[in-house]
Amino acid sequence: MMGALLTGETMFARILRGILASPKATAAALVCLTLVVAALLAPVIAPQDPYDLGVIDFFDSRLPPGSESLSGMTYWLGTDTQGRDMFSAMLYGLRTSLAVGLTSGLLALVVGTTLGLIAAYMGGRMDAFIMRFVDLMLGFPTILVALMILVVFGQGTWKVILALVFVQWAYFARAVRGAALVETGKDYVEAARCLGLSSTRILAAHILPNCLPPLIVIGTIQVANAIAAEATLSFLGIGLPITEPSLGLLIANGYQVLLAGLYWMSVYPGLLLLAIVFSVNIVGDRLREVLNPRLET
Amino acid sequence: MTAPLLKVQGLKTWFDTPRGMVKSVDGVDLELRRGEILGLVGESGSGKSVTGFSLIGLVDPPGRVVDGRIEFNGEDLRTASPAGLRSLRGDRIAMIFQDPMMTLNPVLRIGTQMIETVRAHRNVSRAEARAKAVEALGKVGIPRPAERIDAYPHEFSGGMRQRVAIAIALLHEPDLIIADEPTTALDVTIQSQILAEVQKLAAEMGLGLIWISHDLGVVAALAQRVAVMYAGRIVERGTIDEVLDTPRHPYTAGLIGSTPMANVRGQPLRQIPGSAPPPLGRPEGCPFRPRCAHATDICRTEPQETLAGGHGWRCFHPLQDAAEVRT
Amino acid sequence: MSLRNGKVNKQNGIHSGVGAAASAGGRGMTVFILRRLIQAVIVLLVTSVIVFLGVYAIGDPLEILLPGDATAAERAQVAASLNLDAPLPLQYVTFLTSALTGDFGSSFVFNRPALTVIFERLPATLELTITALVLSLVIGLPLGLWAGTRPGTLVDESVMTGSILGFSLPNFWQGMMLVMIFSVWLGWLPSTGRGETGTILGIRTSFATWDGVAHLILPATNLALAQIALVIRLTRTGVQETMPLDFVKFARARGLSERRILFVHVFKTILIPIVTVIGVEFGSLIAFAVVTETIFAWPGVGKLIIDSINALDRPVVVAYILVIVAMFIVINFLVDVLYSLLDPRIRGRA
Repeated sequence: MMGALLTGETMFARILRGILASPKATAAALVCLTLVVAALLAPVIAPQDPYDLGVIDFFDSRLPPGSESLSGMTYWLGTDTQGRDMFSAMLYGLRTSLAVGLTSGLLALVVGTTLGLIAAYMGGRMDAFIMRFVDLMLGFPTILVALMILVVFGQGTWKVILALVFVQWAYFARAVRGAALVETGKDYVEAARCLGLSSTRILAAHILPNCLPPLIVIGTIQVANAIAAEATLSFLGIGLPITEPSLGLLIANGYQVLLAGLYWMSVYPGLLLLAIVFSVNIVGDRLREVLNPRLET
Repeated sequence: MTAPLLKVQGLKTWFDTPRGMVKSVDGVDLELRRGEILGLVGESGSGKSVTGFSLIGLVDPPGRVVDGRIEFNGEDLRTASPAGLRSLRGDRIAMIFQDPMMTLNPVLRIGTQMIETVRAHRNVSRAEARAKAVEALGKVGIPRPAERIDAYPHEFSGGMRQRVAIAIALLHEPDLIIADEPTTALDVTIQSQILAEVQKLAAEMGLGLIWISHDLGVVAALAQRVAVMYAGRIVERGTIDEVLDTPRHPYTAGLIGSTPMANVRGQPLRQIPGSAPPPLGRPEGCPFRPRCAHATDICRTEPQETLAGGHGWRCFHPLQDAAEVRT
Repeated sequence: MSLRNGKVNKQNGIHSGVGAAASAGGRGMTVFILRRLIQAVIVLLVTSVIVFLGVYAIGDPLEILLPGDATAAERAQVAASLNLDAPLPLQYVTFLTSALTGDFGSSFVFNRPALTVIFERLPATLELTITALVLSLVIGLPLGLWAGTRPGTLVDESVMTGSILGFSLPNFWQGMMLVMIFSVWLGWLPSTGRGETGTILGIRTSFATWDGVAHLILPATNLALAQIALVIRLTRTGVQETMPLDFVKFARARGLSERRILFVHVFKTILIPIVTVIGVEFGSLIAFAVVTETIFAWPGVGKLIIDSINALDRPVVVAYILVIVAMFIVINFLVDVLYSLLDPRIRGRA
C-alpha cells in the first residue's frame, strides 16, 4: 500500500490498470457492468412488469422464444408457466439476485472486518476466541449452514440475507485479521498507542487501509458466492419467497417442465446467472493476481 | 601442462526482467585444473552463484546464458544437448548448495533421494544403489549410516545435513564439484569441520572444486587459486598467495583490508567506502569506479584483463606495492 | 472460490495448531487430540441447543413433532412425554437424553424412528459422494499437473479459466442441463433415480450392475464438476509454487529427469495440502449432494432432507442436522490427524 502511494498510484488506478491489462478480465468486467446496469434499469428496460398480475395473460403461458402475444409484444425468450415474459422476469430476477448478493456481501464484509480487526488488534484470548469461531464456520459448507439456519429460524428475504452473512463473515474476518496483524506488529502502532491515540483512530486511519487489498478481492468473490448460494437455496425452495423471485426461483420453476422439453424457462435464467457469477469470479481472480497473489480465498 | 578440467571464457548470463536486462554475469573467465580448489569470492549480488548455476545449465528463466564458452573436459557445455547436460549433472559435475534444509526434499527420506541420484546415472539395482549410498554417508562421517539413511532431512542437524549433501555430491566420484556457499549457514565450529572434510576428500579423489563464498578467510584456508568477482566480472584472479600477498585490484585490497584479522585491535574496522552498484545501475566502464580512490577518467572505459603469469586483473591503475595496499 | 469455500489454506488455522502441538512432543499430540475432542463436543452441544431452541422455544413443539392430523388424545400423550409443562432447561435435558439414545422422534412421513430413516438413506449418498470425489481426483489431478508445468501458456490459461467456469456454474442448473442434454435430447442416460444395485464385497452398490452405473454417471458428474475445478486449481497452484523451490533445483543438479522431479518430488510435496483440503471437501460434497439428489431424485440423505422440509417432517430434519454436524466434526478431526500423519516433519515429532 505504501509502495503504491510512493509511486503515486492510487489503489483504484492500480486495479483499473490490472484489469485492463488482461483482456479476459476486461471482457468480464464489461459483462458485469452491463448486467448491473441492466438490473438497475429493469423497470425501464423490461417490456413487461412480471409482478403486475394485470398484465400477465395466462393464455400466453409456456410459449417458446420468439412467440408473439395478442397485444403484439414479442416474447423474446418465451414465457413461463404463468404467462410471464421470460426476458422481463429474468431482468427482475437478476435485480433480486444482485440485491441479495450485494447486501449480504456488504454486511458480511462489515461484520467480518470488524471482528477481524478486533481479533488482530486485541490479540491474546480475544483473538483466539474469534479465530476459533472462524475456523469453525469455515469447516462447514455454506449451503449446509444456510440450510440449517433457514430451517430453524424460518424463511424470508432478510433471513436469507442473514443466513448468508452468517456463513460469509468468516472469510473476511480471516483475511482482515491476517492483514491487520502485519500492521499491528509494526512499531508505529506501538508508538501511537503509547501516545494515547484512540484505538479506533489507529484502526481506521492506519490499519484499515492496509486491509483494503484483500478485502476487495474477497469481497468480489464473496458477492459471486452469495449470488450463487441464494440461487441454490431458492432452487431448493428454502430461499427467497415467491413474491420476490430471484433467478434461482425462476430456474426452479423451469425445472418442473424441463423434462417435457420446455427448455427456455430454465436455460436462459441459468445462463444469465452463470454470466453474472462467472464474470464476477473472473474479475475477482484478476484482482487477486493484481493486489494480493498469495491471498487465501 | 595438462589441459584444464574446466575453462570458462567470456561467460555472460543475463536476466530479462520487466525493469530491464540484469547482467548478472558479464564476461567471466575461469580456469580450473584437476585436483585444484578454486575459490570464487564476491559479495552478494556480485553474480557468483549465478556463475555456478550457469556452468551446468541451471539458470531459471528469465535468465539465460547469452554468451561465452564453457569447456569441460574438452566439451563445450553450452552446445550440449539437454539430455547430455542432464547426464553430466550429478555424475561428472556435482553441486552443493548453501542451505541443505531447503535443498533436500523434506517429505522424502535421505535414502530415497540418494538412491534416485545413483539410479539416474547407473543401471543398478536398488540394493546396490542403497549400498553405495550407505558407503558415501560413512565416508562423510555420518554415524550409523545404515540406519540413518532411512531418516528424513529434518531429523539431522544443520552440519549433518550438509554432510549428506556432500555425500550426494560424491556418489559418482565427479570430476568437478561446484560448492555454493556450503558453510555459510553453519556455525563456525561445524564450518571448520566441513572445510577440513572437504579438503581431505578433494585431495583423496583428485577432483576439481569451485568454492563459491563471500568469506575471503574461508577461501584463503582452503583454496589454491582464487578469483575475485565484482558486479558480474572477475576483477582479479591468481594463486592464493599472489592475490592475498600482492593484490593488484583496489577492490581485492579493500576486501583483504576489511577482514577483521587484518585490522588493528582497538582501531575502527576498515571498510570499502560506498556500496556495490545495483544490478541495473552499473556505471559504465569499471564497475568499481565510484568507490575507488585511484579512479580517473580512463576508468570510464572497460578495463581489459592484464595477465602476468597466472595472475590477472582488470584495472587501469593496479596497485604496485605493499605500502599502497595498506592504505 | 465459490460455494466450495476455497479451502486452499483454510487448513492453516487448524494445522498450525497441529504442527505446534506435535512439535511440543508426544504429549503435545495427545493434548491436541483431547482439545479437539472437547471442541467437537462443545460444537455438538451448541448445535443441539440452537436446534432445540428453534424447535421447542421458537416454534410450537407439538406443531413440529406431530403431524397435522393428530388427534387431541395423541397431542396430550406427546405433550406429556415431552414434559412440555416443565421449564425449558429441563425440556432440553429430555431432548438431549433422548437424542443421545438415538431417539429423535418418529418420522411423520415414514412412521419410523427418524434416525433409522436417515441411516437407511446414508449409503446411497455416500456412494454418490465417494464416486464424485474419486472422479474429481482422477480428472482434476492430471489437469492440474498439466497446467502447472506450463505456466502462462494457452493450456494454463484455458485450464484455469475452465476451472473458474467449473465453480461458477450453479450446481443445480448444471445438473439440469446435464439432464436436458443427456436424457431428454440424446436419451443416452436415465435422468432420475438410482439404478439396480448388487453386492460387491458385501456392500450394496450401483457399480455391480450396468443399470446402476448408468444411473450413477450423471449425478456423480454433476456433483464432481465444481470439485474438479477446485482440485485443478489446488494442484496447479501447488505445482507452480513448488517448482521454484530450492530442492527442485537441487534435484536437477543431481541429474534427475524432469518426469521424476514432477511425479515424485513435486507431486508428493503438494499432495499433503491437497489431500487435507479434499478431506474437508468431502463434507462439502455431502452438502451439495442435497442439490444433486433433488435434481436426480437420488434416494439419499440429501433428497430426504429437502423432502422432509417440504413435508414438515421435522423429527427427520432435526435428526439430519445433528447427524450431519456430527459427521462434519468427525471428518474435520480425521483430516487433521491425516495431515499430521502425512507430513513427516510433523509425524516424526508426534
